[in-house]
Amino acid sequence: MAFLELSGIQKRFGDVAAVQDFDLAAERGEFVSFLGPSGCGKTTTLRMIAGFERPTAGSIAIDGKDVTHQAPNQRNVGMVFQSYALFPNMNVASNIGFGLKIRKRPKADVDRRVAELLELIHLEGRGDRFPWQLSGGQQQRVALARALAIEPTVLLLDEPLSALDAKIRVALRHEIRQIQRQLGITTVYVTHDQEEALELSDRIVVMSEGRIEQIGTPFEIYNFPATSFVASFVGTLNAMDATIVDASAGRLSLAGHEIRTTSKLAGSAGSAVTIALRPEMIALTSPDGSNVVAVSPMKGMSGSNRLPGTVADIAFLGSVVRVRTTVGPDAIPVFVDTFNNPNLAVPAAGSPIVLGFPPEACLVLGRDVVPDRTDALAAAEAML
Amino acid sequence: MTETAFARNAQGAPPARPGRRFSLTWLGLVPFLVFSTLFLLIPTAYLIVGSFVDSTTGDVTLQNYARLTEGLQLNAYLTSIEISLVTALVGGIFGFLMAYAVISGGPRRLRGPLMTFSGVASNFAGIPLALAFVFTIGRTGLVTAFLAGLGINPYDGGFTIYSKIGLEIVYLYFQLPLMILIIAPAIDGLKREWREASENMGATTFQFWRYIALPILMPSLLGSMILLFGNAFGAQATAYQLTGGFINLVTILIGNQLTGDVLHNKGAGYALAMGMVAILGITLLAYQFLQRRSERWLR
Repeated sequence: MAFLELSGIQKRFGDVAAVQDFDLAAERGEFVSFLGPSGCGKTTTLRMIAGFERPTAGSIAIDGKDVTHQAPNQRNVGMVFQSYALFPNMNVASNIGFGLKIRKRPKADVDRRVAELLELIHLEGRGDRFPWQLSGGQQQRVALARALAIEPTVLLLDEPLSALDAKIRVALRHEIRQIQRQLGITTVYVTHDQEEALELSDRIVVMSEGRIEQIGTPFEIYNFPATSFVASFVGTLNAMDATIVDASAGRLSLAGHEIRTTSKLAGSAGSAVTIALRPEMIALTSPDGSNVVAVSPMKGMSGSNRLPGTVADIAFLGSVVRVRTTVGPDAIPVFVDTFNNPNLAVPAAGSPIVLGFPPEACLVLGRDVVPDRTDALAAAEAML
Repeated sequence: MTETAFARNAQGAPPARPGRRFSLTWLGLVPFLVFSTLFLLIPTAYLIVGSFVDSTTGDVTLQNYARLTEGLQLNAYLTSIEISLVTALVGGIFGFLMAYAVISGGPRRLRGPLMTFSGVASNFAGIPLALAFVFTIGRTGLVTAFLAGLGINPYDGGFTIYSKIGLEIVYLYFQLPLMILIIAPAIDGLKREWREASENMGATTFQFWRYIALPILMPSLLGSMILLFGNAFGAQATAYQLTGGFINLVTILIGNQLTGDVLHNKGAGYALAMGMVAILGITLLAYQFLQRRSERWLR
């Protein structure tokens, strides 16, 4: 049995279903992220684990014990809030030690634990400061220490970094991951930031409109999206309409050109499908092949698809250069990403180019059409 | 180079210096300054000077202040302080409970009507308020007559609206809504996450109030009660209309000293007023101190 188990969870607010058919089994020490846009039900699910919301249906078990109807103060679950929620009338040490004080632990034990946690969050010697004397990043560290002080069975983090600026966010998420690994505590992390979820998690639960779209490792979520929502929400994606030419052979027609995919196609010839291409999977060359702008990491794969197009514009995103191209008579936009380097010969807007990508990179989207994992996994291995 | 630059400056107009342009925006303050001078500064100065003058001889004296600790004057201060304390405490506690019930617990649609009523009621004082109570729970008031019809006449049990307790009830009519108005922002500032965080760490509702909510709200609660105290201490017209000067309050005694036929001693009246100014000044300073502390926490 899993350490944290949510079975058939539903939550309704009046007529609105906030969470539906939610099933999750997280192992002890696992770091699971709930990823999705605002209003997808991820925070509501987290609050149900904490006990602040009662599920309309379903059950929640922690370490084999049903806690569905247990009050929040009896669950021994630590929570870190988006707004820190530090008690303003208490200094840092009192905030961290509050849970232990409530549990009537001896003062010496409380002091020792507070000192340990201050060291863990790198705020030694600042126990006598008040929350308003700390920066946002420091306040969130104290909130984390406060949640850990009670040695919770499960640690819940509700978008803990969203109020911080970019640099501190990156530094703090490394710290969170390091602390989580060090303590081996089962953690559920809510975020709408895909980068955060991909970097931190052992597994990601992608949610949309109260439902689970996909559960998987960051690698699986990014490379093998199960639905068009996951594909479009995680990472940048080129989604294009195509028509099936020969389903059994994986032949499609895109912008007047025939391409191939290794994904299984469900549908007869002439059926419309949506195909997805990651920008970093596309190679970009001049028509005569003299200037190679971008190389597909899957270049080793056989039978590359080729689409002629035109450069529309170029955006420098620091380490990455994003080239926006258009293909076909309808000028379908296709983004191509390549690593920046000083020798990169970026073509001018309006230049003719050729886009190349292997069939393995061409995913067919839809709830019923799942990319062929075997081929895609082989492609991913070739990439690595 | 220096000479050239100097010559150019001497010949031409001096260059415009940013931020030094003559601004007329301060003119907007003129009505306030005139009003403050005429109705606050000059009367206060008149009061200060007058409190050191013997009304009979015109000599400079400290006798007016010395008398503040004697008989009638001391009694007036004690009565005013007692009534102000009682109405501040009762109004403060019940006003807080009402505001909390509506803002945090009760039906939120009641909030708008309660706030509107509080805004009106907290300013409903003086003669109209006194008459309203006389007409309702006076000896022959509407409610008294109704209760008497039911066989429960409060006046038979010794109650009278024209007493100290009656005055306190009347004062509560504006003290309670004033408390609701002042404390509402502080209750709004009490974050839901604080309660949830405390619950999350194992605290009960009682422990949340004991260790977190009450300490956070305490500066606001005390500050608001101090303001209620000052509000009651400075009231005059309501008490005068209701009791006809029967209850010896500082404000009524000042009126008697300045314009009365029996107790006519302007110097003593001015000294009484100065004592009142000092008490109200202290309450305002205490309120501001506590408010600043509370704002820092509730930010």
